[in-house]
Amino acid sequence: MPPAIQKQIRLPLSKAIEIALRSLRVRLARSILTLITIVMAIAFLTYIWTTRAIEPAAKAALLQAQGIIVAPDSSGASRTVWLITLSLLVCMVGISNAMLMSVMERFREIGTMKCLGALDSFILKLFFLESLFLGAAGTLVGVALGLAISILLLSRNYGHAAWSNIHGSTLILIAAGSSIIGLAITAAAAMYPAWKAARMQPIAAMRVDV
Amino acid sequence: MTETAPTPPTAPPASNDGREEIVRTIDVIKEYRMGEEILRVLKGITLTIFKGEYISIMGPSGSGKSTLFNAIGGLDKPTSGKVFIDEVDIAQLDALELAWLRCRKIGYIFQTFNLIPVMSALENVMLPMIFGGMSNSDAQDKAAAILKRVGLENRLLNKPGQLSGGQQQRVAIARAFANDPAIILADEPTGNLDLNTGKQIIELLRQMNAERQVTVISATHDFKMLDVSDRIIWIRDGHIDKIQLRQDVKIDVGEMH
Ligand SMILES: Nc1ncnc2c1ncn2[C@@H]1O[C@H](COP(=O)(O)OP(=O)(O)OP(=O)(O)O)[C@@H](O)[C@H]1O
Ligand SMILES: [Mg+2]
Repeated sequence: MPPAIQKQIRLPLSKAIEIALRSLRVRLARSILTLITIVMAIAFLTYIWTTRAIEPAAKAALLQAQGIIVAPDSSGASRTVWLITLSLLVCMVGISNAMLMSVMERFREIGTMKCLGALDSFILKLFFLESLFLGAAGTLVGVALGLAISILLLSRNYGHAAWSNIHGSTLILIAAGSSIIGLAITAAAAMYPAWKAARMQPIAAMRVDV
Repeated sequence: MTETAPTPPTAPPASNDGREEIVRTIDVIKEYRMGEEILRVLKGITLTIFKGEYISIMGPSGSGKSTLFNAIGGLDKPTSGKVFIDEVDIAQLDALELAWLRCRKIGYIFQTFNLIPVMSALENVMLPMIFGGMSNSDAQDKAAAILKRVGLENRLLNKPGQLSGGQQQRVAIARAFANDPAIILADEPTGNLDLNTGKQIIELLRQMNAERQVTVISATHDFKMLDVSDRIIWIRDGHIDKIQLRQDVKIDVGEMH
């Protein structure tokens, strides 16, 4: 005879992924709002990096073509670093806030899932994955947007001089750097809300107030 | 609510003959701390519930029905006293065992239905099976069969928002039965339904109880429940006031009119 009470199994990650994706799809409006925050922050970061990598050389090349030799200047560097940091921080707080709201709104849903046998670790994964997917999508769009805008502006301002200074390897490096940062800030932002969700008690399912 | 001393529960002779016990509580006390004051909500509840019984917990608002119910369901720890399910003291269970208990042994039905809004009726019913480790396709077949049983075979793919209250509660009942639990716990299952729909839901619960030999424990103010209950546990002010068998209640209800 099996023991009266057994241990609950741990679900594979694929299940959490499946449910997380569905939750995002259904709450599309909210998801898109959070997404836009990430897109803007990462696009800004990518734009700044790309412009700073290419503009000095493009400017020099343009002036050289007109017979003027200048040393590439790097003034205002610390100001941009400050701006980028600030934008990333704002983005992180935005994501965290949106996730936290989503967790608090869904107290009954989370409590119910616990009543149906969900483990804390499953709820944690669910909410963490939700943020991570948003982060990944936002980062992807943000990188693409940032690259497109910076290249467009550079080629408008410097024409051929810009194009001859755009190297695939530089762009790949910038895209990779932006992606890592985008994912890292969403992961960091998601930690507290996901933990909060996982800690929610099954009895939350019984709460009637909002 | 008078401040009388706890009357000993006038339980009908616990005719234990041949019946297996499924829930037993021993002197369950629950206190809430409200700032300085300690509010004692359950003042020592001792009762035994047998397999296959349909039990209603009745009593005025605030008498402690939900609190008792949460203690039995492993949703809240009593301040003192013990709750045994299938002869296991649930206070001794670890997190994994408690999750298993909630998943397999107990099916919960809520006043507010509590369907997952982003999932269809079918997916809602599949969820406890998925948590229990069943494969998607098996879960799907079984969920469809139970939904058919509760009369929703044409609503499998509807989201909760596209269903009436009564239909949502049917989905919730199907979901509670998903893993063939031994116990169904329903706190005010008809609290948000109109008279007729409530009747149908009670009737359905009663049928499922008889069909599947599942113990149903329901906290309620709803006198419609009296008719279908095997026993009624009356709670007053945190005590068991009396425990009645159905045949005795019918007389009482008759007298009330
Ligand atoms: N978390 C809590 N903290 C403090 N007091 C609580 C808490 N939960 C319940 N109570 C109190 O315990 C008492 C019993 O509550 P309970 O919800 O068990 O009553 P009930 O019989 O289910 O009532 P109803 O029929 O209205 O649902 C009430 O006086 C309530 O105010
Ligand atoms: Mg109640």
